[in-house]
Parts: sequence; C-alpha cells; structure tokens
Amino acid sequence: MKPAPFEYHAPREVDAALDALAEAGAEGKVLAGGQSLIPMLNMRLAAPAHLVDINRVSALAAVETTARGVRVGALARHAQIFRSAPVAAVQPLLRQALGLVAHPAIRSRGTVVGSLVHADPAAELPAVLALLGGSVRLAARGAEREVAARDFFVGPMEAAIRPGELAVSAFFPALGARSGTAFAEVARRHGDYALAGVCALVVLDEDLRVSAARVACIGVGPVPLVLDVSGHGADWASAARAVQDEAEPEADIHATAEYRRHLLGVLTERALRAAARSAGSDDGEGEGG
Amino acid sequence: MSGHEITLVVNGVARRVSVPARRLLSDCLRHDLGLTGTHVGCEHGVCGCCTVLLDGEPVRSCLTFAVTVDGQEITTVEGLAGPDGMSAVQRAFAECHGLQCGFCTPGFLCTVTALLRENPAPTEEEVVEGVSGNLCRCTGYQNIIKAVHRAADLMAEES
Repeated sequence: MKPAPFEYHAPREVDAALDALAEAGAEGKVLAGGQSLIPMLNMRLAAPAHLVDINRVSALAAVETTARGVRVGALARHAQIFRSAPVAAVQPLLRQALGLVAHPAIRSRGTVVGSLVHADPAAELPAVLALLGGSVRLAARGAEREVAARDFFVGPMEAAIRPGELAVSAFFPALGARSGTAFAEVARRHGDYALAGVCALVVLDEDLRVSAARVACIGVGPVPLVLDVSGHGADWASAARAVQDEAEPEADIHATAEYRRHLLGVLTERALRAAARSAGSDDGEGEGG
Repeated sequence: MSGHEITLVVNGVARRVSVPARRLLSDCLRHDLGLTGTHVGCEHGVCGCCTVLLDGEPVRSCLTFAVTVDGQEITTVEGLAGPDGMSAVQRAFAECHGLQCGFCTPGFLCTVTALLRENPAPTEEEVVEGVSGNLCRCTGYQNIIKAVHRAADLMAEES
C-alpha cells in the first residue's frame, strides 16, 4: 500500500509544468488534489515514472465568475467551489453536486478539474459539465485547445486528454432565466459513489410552461448519459420512462442492472420535478438529495 | 531514497526532514517525525483514521505526499490539546464515551475540530454528514454524535 518510486517535479509556473509533462510523455501524470490518483498509486493500480505536482502553480487556483458562467482553474478545490456564493449564484448545480461528492476531508483537497479528468462514470462533476454543455481547456507546450464535454468523456476513467497535456481549467455555463437545476442520487452510504444519479436542467417559457428539459445520468453507462426530454412537457413520469428505456445499466456487486434502471426512473422524476420547481421560483436554487 | 529537504510546521513547531517524493504525509508524521498519534487504517482514503488538519482544513494524510505540503502547517491529534489540557472536543469524546478501542479517534478528533470551527452549532444532520467520512467499528456512532454536540456546547460555554 505504498506508491512505487517516481521522479517528482514541482513547477511553480504553467509553462514549467507543460515542459515537464512534454518531457515525461506517456510516462507522466499530473498530481493536483490527489484524491483519486494517490489511492491508485498506493494500491499500485498506477505507477507513472514522472509525477508533475501542480500544487505550487498558484495561477491555476483562479476561479472566474461572470454572467456567462464559471471558469474553474485546475487547482480549485471542491470545498472552495462548494462554499463560493458567487459560483452558486451563477450556476447552482455545482454546489448541489459537490454536496454529494465524498466527504469534507476529501473535498478540502480534491479538485473539480481533477474529477473531470479522472472521468469516473459514477462521479457527479462529469455529469454536471455534460448536462450544462461545458468544456475543458487543455494546454500543451505551445498549444491550447478547448474540448466540449460531449467530446471530453470518452469511456470509463478515460478523458480526451493526450500525453503532455494539462487540463488548466473547466468552464461551466451560467444558468439562464427561468431555469432550474437539481441533483438526485442514491448511494449505499453517504459520500460513496452513487449506484445511480441524475442531474436535471429545466427551462420554462414566459407562461411558465416547460420549454426545455435535459438530464445527465451517472452510474448507468461508461460516460455520463445526457438525454433531452423536452418533448414530455411537465409529464415527468413519462420523461422518466423514456430515460429508463434509453439507458443500458450494468450489474455489479453493488446493484443489479434492473435495480439501477428502477433507480434511474425514480431519480429522473425527482430531479426534474425539483429543477422545475426551482425554475418556477426563479431564485435558481434547486434541491439536492 | 531520501531526496527532498522539506519543512513542515507540525503543531506549531517547524520540523525539517528529508523524504523521498513518494513518502505519504501519514508515514512522514509517524516514521520520520515520531508522531504516532495519527493512525493509518486503509491507506486509500476510506476510513478517515489518518485525518489531520492542513492549514486548518481536514485532509487525509494518507492521500497527501509530504513533499506537496512543504512549508505548510499541520495539526495532528498531538496538537489539539492546549496549555490548559485537553480541548473541548477531546473532553467531550471522553465524557460521552465517544471511543472504545481508540484506533479511529485521532481522525474523528481532527475532523470534528474542523467541523465545529466552521459550524459551531451544527444540526443533527450536519453532524452525521460531517463525520460520515470516518469509520468506527466499536461505538456504533451514537456516542460520537453525542460527543460532537457536547463539544459544541462546551465550546459555546467557554468562549
């Protein structure tokens, strides 16, 4: 239960981090919060030859909140985003999701961008990025690209990041007018990865009828499953059945595929209802749980 | 394998130590600095036994490399008591029988110290959520929950 030896790099600037990653190539790994990486190193599921620790690159801790959305730097911790009132005002789904992420001691170290790059199919934040149509900015020596969420999550624990690249930030679009969000999930124990989870976004028109509704589901496929359910109006039970039909959950030691499908229906209805309620109340604050 | 000279401010005292990059903070505290109050259970972030305070925030010392936190302040269970004796959280755990074998206790004490600093009067739900990342196999948690409320009362009385 100890990590294998590695060459340690502790850059203070983004450019120096990119140089170290470029030289390490496929043998390099980025260490940010380490709350997923270090367990894998301890269990020797991963043994990179080079570890590039970005914890001293203070420029990456920046969080920019504008009317358009929230840009979260690679070093911004879960706890920092969870507590941020300006972030919650622009995009409440981040706080709703982060309350379900692990435990306080994990949230003090873990980073939002790190969770996206880790791309666990049962994690909350990839679903948030996918639901909102956000993006991840990837930098390499002499190059930078912005990858949309739908292209970023490639498979279970697999994101579209190449050797030599560093995910420098992620962008979460703001919540629009008459819109609401919610996150609902069921886990065996509080803070565990969910057996299944659903986050929802509902947009109402001026007469408070549903003009758009979308969900992103976790734990029921290799990547977050994003589905548009706008065609069901406010008939959330009908939307939930459609989501159940689309998903192809798998069984594991924690739950059968059928149980996951059942949860998906219950959680979809619950999340959509809560999102619609908050869209109608116009303060944008939906409910989690 | 020693290679990195680092300084950790542990319980208010600057400690200089030479460690390999792969040294976990939990092992650095226990082996290099001789502070064995921090316990190590699962070494993958699940049990919470190794929780310490890093610049005041609760963190898993088994999921942190010592080199990463060079120059930062760490409080371990050994640093919770003040000059006048045990902290309110420690006294409450003793009074409410919030421990039995004691293995998980250092992690709980650090977690609860941080919890009450951020939220001096937590609700029942906030307490349960606050300690949900720490496992105890003896007490059944009821007395631990009681101890957290008792510690909050003690801190309010003494402030």
